[in-house]
Amino acid sequence: MSASRRRFIRMAGAAAAGAVAGGALGCAARGTPGRRWAMVIDPLKCARLDGCRACIDACHRAHNVPAIPDRRHEVKWIWKEPFERAFAVQEPGTTAAALRGLDVLVFCNHCDNPPCVRVCPADATFKKDDGVVTIDEHRCIGCRYCVAACPYGSRSFNWTDPRPYLASVNPAFPTRTRGVVEKCNLCEERLARGQAPACVDGCPEQALVFGDLRDPGSVVRRLLDARYAIRRRPELGTRPQVFYLV
Amino acid sequence: MRDRLLILAGLGGFLALVTWPAWRGVAAGSPAPAPALARPPGQTRCVEATDYMRASHMQLLSTWRDRVVRDNVRTYTNADGQVVTMSLTLTCLKCHDDRGKFCDRCHDYAGVKPACWDCHVVPERGPGADPGSPLSSPLAGARPLEEGR
Repeated sequence: MSASRRRFIRMAGAAAAGAVAGGALGCAARGTPGRRWAMVIDPLKCARLDGCRACIDACHRAHNVPAIPDRRHEVKWIWKEPFERAFAVQEPGTTAAALRGLDVLVFCNHCDNPPCVRVCPADATFKKDDGVVTIDEHRCIGCRYCVAACPYGSRSFNWTDPRPYLASVNPAFPTRTRGVVEKCNLCEERLARGQAPACVDGCPEQALVFGDLRDPGSVVRRLLDARYAIRRRPELGTRPQVFYLV
Repeated sequence: MRDRLLILAGLGGFLALVTWPAWRGVAAGSPAPAPALARPPGQTRCVEATDYMRASHMQLLSTWRDRVVRDNVRTYTNADGQVVTMSLTLTCLKCHDDRGKFCDRCHDYAGVKPACWDCHVVPERGPGADPGSPLSSPLAGARPLEEGR
């Protein structure tokens, strides 16, 4: 009796360990192997060219992001926000003079702990093992839970057909359709070709730096080691992977 | 029940009328009309054999979609060992460059309405236009990722 019980417990333990290992291996969607992508933004460098929109235009051209004049229907991938709004928890009067009122670039933070992924009932939005949080538009049912869950307002819903609002269409990238959610995809289609994101390539001041946080020699790692950087709303525990040098 | 004959005659007439096109086809000995598909000139073989593509291109495309979007795998090796990029716009439409005369004709004939084109773009046709190649994309000549900037 005691021998068979011991055997039962041993087998149950082995089965449980197998299930946990299988789950851990099976659940992560594959990205670029061995990488942990991140972005480091220097808002002061970004502000050198007044009214510059090079990165925004590059992104919108590459991904067919429509320019919808009606703000209720706006679709946004990357845009500028006053510093105090982007970092709303900064106490009044504590922001450095150089940063006060500065327009800073904001986009999806590709959080390490993304609330949008957790709420998606269709498994349409997911995080890849290289950190890219992306959307399978084929599976999006347009419930907008993720829009409500994202604390950064990084997601937009297509209330109307976006195609009439495109000045030019890049045929290599799909447009979206009415009824799906979209956002920055960290240029996963370019990463797959070994290219940096379009905004990084488009920036004339190199204010955006993209790289692999796991690589101790990468420029993003060295920048974060050398300088003080902040993230948006760290108190929420989403662990954004977009860093701002201040 | 006095009108039985009248009713049966009416029903028979109605059936004859609605099945008339089929009977006429049988009488003329002509096969069912098939959609006239414009095959890409100069191409002899699709990604897989024609019979397989005709019957199963939708499953193939669904697999491609999941492999690209979910697994980050972007190339497909066919039965002959050739490697192609898994992309509706860049691979399929490169040869089948007239959607109206190929995809739509058969889809209309079969009465199916795939939602692919709601998002996937059909490139403009025209001499010299090859919007599918990465070189003519708006971000041509982008710097490679590994420069360590």
